[in-house]
Amino acid sequence: MAKTGITLTRRGLGAMLAVGLLAGGLAGCGNSDTGGDGDSGSSGGGNGKLVIGFSQVGAESGWRTANTNSIKESAAEAGYELKFDDAQGKQENQIKAIRNFIQQKVDVIAFSPVVESGWDTVLKEAKDAKIPVILTDRAVDSADKSLYKTFIGSDFVKEGRLAGEWLVKEKSAATGPVNIVELQGTTGSAPANDRKKGFAEAIAANPNLKVVASQSGDFTRAGGKQVMEQFLKANPKIDVLFAHNDDMGLGALEAITAAGKTPGKDITIITIDAVKDGMQALADGKFNFIAECSPLLGPQLMDLAKKVKAGEEVPARVETEETTFTQEQAKAALPNRKY
Amino acid sequence: MSTVRARAAGVTGHRLFWPLVVLVLLLMANAIYRPSFLSVELKNGHLYGSLIDIVRLSAPLILVALGMSLVIATGGIDLSVGAVAAVAGAVACLYISEQPDQNSLGVVLTAVALGFGVALLLGAWNGILVAGIGIQPIIATLILMVAGRGLAQLIAEGQIITINSGPYKVIGVGHLLTLPFAIVIALAVTVLVAVLTRRTALGMIIESVGGNAEASRLAGIRSRRITFLVYVVSAACAAIAGFMMTANVSSADGNAVGLWVELDAILAVVIGGTALAGGRFYLGGTVVGALLIQTLTTSVYAMNIDPQTSLLFKAVVVIVVCLIQAPAFRARFRRRRSVPVTPVEPVGTEKEQVPA
Repeated sequence: MAKTGITLTRRGLGAMLAVGLLAGGLAGCGNSDTGGDGDSGSSGGGNGKLVIGFSQVGAESGWRTANTNSIKESAAEAGYELKFDDAQGKQENQIKAIRNFIQQKVDVIAFSPVVESGWDTVLKEAKDAKIPVILTDRAVDSADKSLYKTFIGSDFVKEGRLAGEWLVKEKSAATGPVNIVELQGTTGSAPANDRKKGFAEAIAANPNLKVVASQSGDFTRAGGKQVMEQFLKANPKIDVLFAHNDDMGLGALEAITAAGKTPGKDITIITIDAVKDGMQALADGKFNFIAECSPLLGPQLMDLAKKVKAGEEVPARVETEETTFTQEQAKAALPNRKY
Repeated sequence: MSTVRARAAGVTGHRLFWPLVVLVLLLMANAIYRPSFLSVELKNGHLYGSLIDIVRLSAPLILVALGMSLVIATGGIDLSVGAVAAVAGAVACLYISEQPDQNSLGVVLTAVALGFGVALLLGAWNGILVAGIGIQPIIATLILMVAGRGLAQLIAEGQIITINSGPYKVIGVGHLLTLPFAIVIALAVTVLVAVLTRRTALGMIIESVGGNAEASRLAGIRSRRITFLVYVVSAACAAIAGFMMTANVSSADGNAVGLWVELDAILAVVIGGTALAGGRFYLGGTVVGALLIQTLTTSVYAMNIDPQTSLLFKAVVVIVVCLIQAPAFRARFRRRRSVPVTPVEPVGTEKEQVPA
């Protein structure tokens, strides 16, 4: 009885593993089809059209989906052929995709690196094949900067600074101390470190502005709410909340309401990102200011691709065109938001 | 005199004594840092204060840890509870978000029933893998821990589902008789599980399966059925916890809901005095363990401990609790002071044979 149980187990496990492998293999097959948009029959650049090979990290968030759509749409608008590949969060998929692009002799390769390191070999191959490379959204740590032409993406320090500068202007009339609480992103992450730094630099302009408490809310709504609840109890007078993303700010809204205060009036709320729910809160008067972290870098990417193909000089670092929103601007912009 | 000493030894020897001491110490530390920490006031007709926050936020953890206690009692472990909570929350929120009238009670009840049903299926899946096929529990539930999180993201299509439903929100932030509704649910489930396991033979049967499943089977207990059952119960508890977590912020985030809650739950169970080897479980201890973990988290925020050091702070407290709770460690410590309170302690006599 027990023995058959064990053999069954082994067989069951084996069968499950086999099924798993099969599924993985199938997904891999589907994934390696880099044809994407446009006619996959023509091999790169044959018909005079600019051909761009783009490898995306994956589809882990709404922000990323908007990023993908922006790149696809602007390529179609510019009349370029886009060979799109989804790396599903795996570096080996991305390296394979880049090698495919090299073989297909595309005009420009662009990609959002899954991780920072380990790109030297494949980037060298692209360089030898004389195909220019553009990094989007995330950087690589290669010592040899000639391996890629440029890096386009958000500047997190600047986002923090924009948030801080708005606050300095808003509170320029304040005579007494202004108490600020800060909801940080995931401890140690680049956006959390940089946004904190940029904000601190900006508010140093006015000694009345003081961060009285700063804790990590892990970029989540539940985290933001839980931390804000304690901030409210520990600090009787909170004038300003600075959250490193919209979601934490949205969570904090509930804590503020539960404490009997009016968000946006009793407490000035500043966040970063400008996702749809955040913009809605801003338009509703619950947030006061949002510094955008935009995924819509498609048009800029197409422009850069054209320039590097033509051999023009491009800056080594290009910032995504980003803006900021006040309540009035949010009301106007909300109907056209893509994410 | 000797009876007083014996009674004192009985109190300090109780498995809940040290976790409770640490809990009280933590609360005192908070009160010293900020005296108003312990104050509870009436605001808008319900209780308001840091203590109430702790109780409310620990409700999901209490529920998950309850189910985990039963699973661990059978010698198993359930790593999938966080993912099950995320799936149940996502299913409920998705259903509500698609209805024209999100505030209708019928809609919310249907949503909760749907989420609960899916969770029961997932629990049954775990139960079949462990009890039916005989896969090791840590592997069997690891499958769902990974796949379930993916399922939750699939349901939400990788987005955060935001809802605006009054009745659903009550599960997470509502009040009943001035108390947070979430803790009322958690305590009701605790009492239900306690009565079902301790007022009937069920608890002992679960423990006997954990002690020796084969011997229990030979004694006439349907071991496999009991094992299957505890995984279903664990998933059911996780589902309710998932409703609370998503109702707390009126949104379902497939990535974040219940993330790492399985580890907190295992910790709560262990702090409560239940051995991971199975064969015993203490529901009261589990509740205290869950309260202790939430108090730790809230203390970090209330005392504004630097985020970079907060994990270390938590780890140190947990290590201290686990160490002073271990009889072997306490016995060694007592022997150093050379006055054995209870001379006939099996652990102590064993240790005496070891050359120091």
